[in-house]
Amino acid sequence: MKKVLSVYLKPYYGRMLFGFVIKFIGTIMDLCLPWILAYMIDTVIPQGQRDRIYLWGLAMLVCSVLALTFNIIANRMASKVARDTTETLRHDLFEKIMWLSNAKTDAFTKPSLISRLTTDTYNVHQMLGRVQRLGVRAPILVIGGILVTLTLDPVLTLVLVSVMPVTAFVTYYFSKKSIPMYHALQRAVDKFVRLLREDIAGIRVIKALSKTDYETKRYDALNQELSALEKKADVTMAVVNPATNLFLNLGLVFVVIVGAYRVNTGSSEVGKILAFLTYFTIILNAMINISKMFVIVSKAVASANRIAEVIEVPEELMPVHCERLREDDYIRFSHVTFRYKPEQDEPNLTDISFSLAKGETLGIIGATGSGKSTIAALLLRFYEVSEGAVYIEGENIRAIPADRLRKRFGVVFQNDMIFEESIAENVRMGRSLSAEEIKEAVTHAMAKEFVEEAGRGYDAPVHARGANLSGGQKQRILIARALAAHPDLLILDDSSSALDYKTDAALRHELAAHFADTTKIIIAQRVSSIMHADHIMVLEDGKMIGYGTHEALLEQCEVYREIRDSQQ
Amino acid sequence: MAEDQKKYEKPKNRRGTLLRLGKCLMQYWYLVFAALALTIGSNLLALVGPMLSGYAIDAIEPGIGQVDFPRVFYYTGLMVAFYVASSILSYILAVLMIQISRKVVYQMREDVFTQLMKLPVGYFDTHQTGDIISCISYDIDTVNTSLANDFVQILTTLITVAGAFAMMLAISLRLVLIFAFTVPLSILLTKLITGKTRPLFRLRSRKLGALNGFVEEMITGQRTLKAYSQEENTIRRFNSKNEEAVEAYYRADYYGSVVGPTVNFINNLSLTLVSVFGALLFLSGQMRIGSISSFILYSRKFSGPINEAANIMSELQSALAAAERVFHMMDEAAETADREDALALETVEGDVLLENVSFGYTKEQCIIKHLNLHAAPGKLVAVVGPTGAGKTTLINLLMRFYDVDTGQISVDHHAVCDVTRASLRRAYAMVLQDTWLFEGTVYENIAYGKPGATPEEVTAAAKAAKIHSYIKRLPQGYDTVLTDEGTSISKGQKQLLTIARAMLLDAPMLILDEATSNVDTRTEKQIQQAMRTLMEHKTCFVIAHRLSTIQNADEILVVNHGEIVEQGTHCELMEREGFYYQMYRAQFE
Repeated sequence: MKKVLSVYLKPYYGRMLFGFVIKFIGTIMDLCLPWILAYMIDTVIPQGQRDRIYLWGLAMLVCSVLALTFNIIANRMASKVARDTTETLRHDLFEKIMWLSNAKTDAFTKPSLISRLTTDTYNVHQMLGRVQRLGVRAPILVIGGILVTLTLDPVLTLVLVSVMPVTAFVTYYFSKKSIPMYHALQRAVDKFVRLLREDIAGIRVIKALSKTDYETKRYDALNQELSALEKKADVTMAVVNPATNLFLNLGLVFVVIVGAYRVNTGSSEVGKILAFLTYFTIILNAMINISKMFVIVSKAVASANRIAEVIEVPEELMPVHCERLREDDYIRFSHVTFRYKPEQDEPNLTDISFSLAKGETLGIIGATGSGKSTIAALLLRFYEVSEGAVYIEGENIRAIPADRLRKRFGVVFQNDMIFEESIAENVRMGRSLSAEEIKEAVTHAMAKEFVEEAGRGYDAPVHARGANLSGGQKQRILIARALAAHPDLLILDDSSSALDYKTDAALRHELAAHFADTTKIIIAQRVSSIMHADHIMVLEDGKMIGYGTHEALLEQCEVYREIRDSQQ
Repeated sequence: MAEDQKKYEKPKNRRGTLLRLGKCLMQYWYLVFAALALTIGSNLLALVGPMLSGYAIDAIEPGIGQVDFPRVFYYTGLMVAFYVASSILSYILAVLMIQISRKVVYQMREDVFTQLMKLPVGYFDTHQTGDIISCISYDIDTVNTSLANDFVQILTTLITVAGAFAMMLAISLRLVLIFAFTVPLSILLTKLITGKTRPLFRLRSRKLGALNGFVEEMITGQRTLKAYSQEENTIRRFNSKNEEAVEAYYRADYYGSVVGPTVNFINNLSLTLVSVFGALLFLSGQMRIGSISSFILYSRKFSGPINEAANIMSELQSALAAAERVFHMMDEAAETADREDALALETVEGDVLLENVSFGYTKEQCIIKHLNLHAAPGKLVAVVGPTGAGKTTLINLLMRFYDVDTGQISVDHHAVCDVTRASLRRAYAMVLQDTWLFEGTVYENIAYGKPGATPEEVTAAAKAAKIHSYIKRLPQGYDTVLTDEGTSISKGQKQLLTIARAMLLDAPMLILDEATSNVDTRTEKQIQQAMRTLMEHKTCFVIAHRLSTIQNADEILVVNHGEIVEQGTHCELMEREGFYYQMYRAQFE
């Protein structure tokens, strides 16, 4: 929270101060009215001069107009500050999330990142606006009220002021207590988001198995948890208002009693106590307004802390200086061992070493879960290797800035993401590619036929998660995406699993004919997809149990032979 | 977009939204009335305090040495008791309001989700996940905040205004006439402004939903964006969505917050008029000065709560706009209800017949054309063909995720539109290309389709699907919680888990859509025996690219461009040397 205030509000301190001054003037104008009124009743009216009545009436009108104008201007400025602050805060959070390493994203979890970006930033926005709009008048009334009562009877004022620390403490105590509760509430919101995402993604399975009732129950449990947490936090904060009320009113009782003694000894007058009571009502209402604001503030503090948690993650994956290798291999994995979680005993990859020259093709094959996709993830530096090193053109990839590294690649992941955009945009992926280049890539990816078929075209919209495309169509769009920029390095991770053999074979011909200079890493289940590769790696439980050409492996590697045999 | 705009700008029935919200509240009418009673009570008590302090001061009145201390203490004692009581009362009121809004909001969340589960699959294909989430979380939250905080305020306003108005009437009828001018004026202005701001608040809710939709999609695809170094680009796109969202918020906020000062201005105006006219009345001897003073006091009482109410006008409006979105989702057309006399399939033979079926997701694009197909009980029907030929669409129709445009599908000679969806879907076990696991233990995920499955059954299924040894190696075995973000489970393993899930079902019909596309062929071979057992005595629909897996099918349908181009057994089709033959040969090229 402190960070949000100091870093994000700082540029607006000037504007906020200006807005505050304007609001202050507007409020004073507002407060002038009762004063003029009292003056009229006490002094002007008994004199019976019409001109002066009109004059003061006019003064009241002027005050009203000024109060209106200034308050509107101040509100506008407050909303602006809230808007600009939120915009920057949200921008920074999103930027940070975009650059967050995969390990960190896994740790925060995606649903939580989503809710931090949405409900949490929203809570902060709401607080910034409200506090500025409503948070000026009340303090002015409190301070102004106390100052006026001081001129009436300082001793009685002191009596009244003495209860202030108690109310302040109560407000502080309960706000402090509620912040972790609001934090817990937001965590429950994360779970809520998770379940909704899950169910929307799995709606077909849920309906197929008639599990809607079950899902509704799962949802209900979360709904109840959320409700309970909301209630707990709100009920805690609900104490503040009546408590403030009570303590201030008790203060008032003391004022009456002390006042009685002072009147008895002649050091005060009854009239003063009466006036005191009038001002006291103003102070009380203002204090209640302030305490109401603390509810919003506490909620926003919890949210701001959650935002700060992400923003304050230290810079990761910074390029580090590493020595260059002399060799001219294009890619080299040197004794790479990797664990997704450092505390894990068994590594996910163990001692992987291989090297590729430019334009060569590596095929990776192996059982489900043997670590094939992990090799691609390490090459892209989504994760940092645990031991060993990965080199591209003799340069340790840890020394290459992430964007420079990744610009070399064209990648298709297993169940890769199709975005809710046009087909052309899905291929373009924000890069500066011409329509020609896109068309060419689509052709290479064997997708031309269905893209150009009647009723579709390059600008045809793709539904959320590519729902209006078949599995094989999706894969071909993804492959077109990977090919479009003529990458130096192409990674295809099981990206032809939904393609029929004919298309798959045609695709291989295209790659061989038009992407000869591209170094390719092809992860596949079918021997036929990789048998022509220059090198083939056979993985089992994260270890390399075979490396060589198709023919060599057939001779040396039993597992490879078995895989081949299973596909005959 | 233009079309979208039109759809949203369509004037919505605000009164309808209010009425529905009111209905939601009135489900808890006893609590609402209790709250009402408490509000009236606490407002009445608010009048007692000043009265008691007045009596105490009367006791001080006599002055130096004359103060009647016993009476002072008596009344101050009463004041203490009274203030304690009033604080307790207002605490109870606050808790009660929290209770009510909690119940209403809980119910709303429940209703929206129940409705969501009833929506046709197509809805989720065409709506952004993030936007749906935004409606259930943010929009309902907004309603919640407003209910808990603003409801009491409105009630208080109504009560005090009514009370003060009555008092003013009693004092001077003529001065009240001023209010006959200013009150309609403030109502008119408020109406004018809220009329202007209503679309702004709607826009604000919608823009926030759009932002959430974008955020959800981008964070889901974060890996891909990174691989293509699209961080900067995505951030730039985010910026424009973000700007739109905060701008919409700002505009609603700004215009909304005009209401407060405006109403305040009108109050000040009436105060000015009252004092000037009051003074004139005094001068012409028609009013005592004391009356003016108390009239003004009451009018201040009058304007205070109105100001407060005007200040929360914008919260109320955003709550209404949010409620509108929530109700809009609740009103979304659900899957057409089962016919009233719909039959619940019980023992299914598994005789599936498609007659002259045509279907397209959009009117322009027909995916399946005049398809005829008969699958006799226990037969294995394989569907092959190039990608995009409509194979997956066929499953959508069999499961009734979508309804056919023309033609008819029947199961055991019952047209599928005559049977209940739940019983139809239960008759199928399904393993899809896109695996779906939820955040739960491995055990829960496997037993998902068969609640109450014994541990032995689950282990047996896992063993048959050749995933048992992997599960055993997990830190907590079958109790390991699978997280979607978990990188340590590969797609092939996910497929094996869903196969294990299907193995537990006792459905008479089976759909396998590329069920093992990401499983390595050795494992696939190992689970083949189990798959065969799974398929035994069941009507099976198998979609596969590896033609080797379907050679023993009773009937192979070769689909191209939504039409069956060839049909027959493997041997027959090979002999024909047609489309199938070419596809088969391509495997070995």
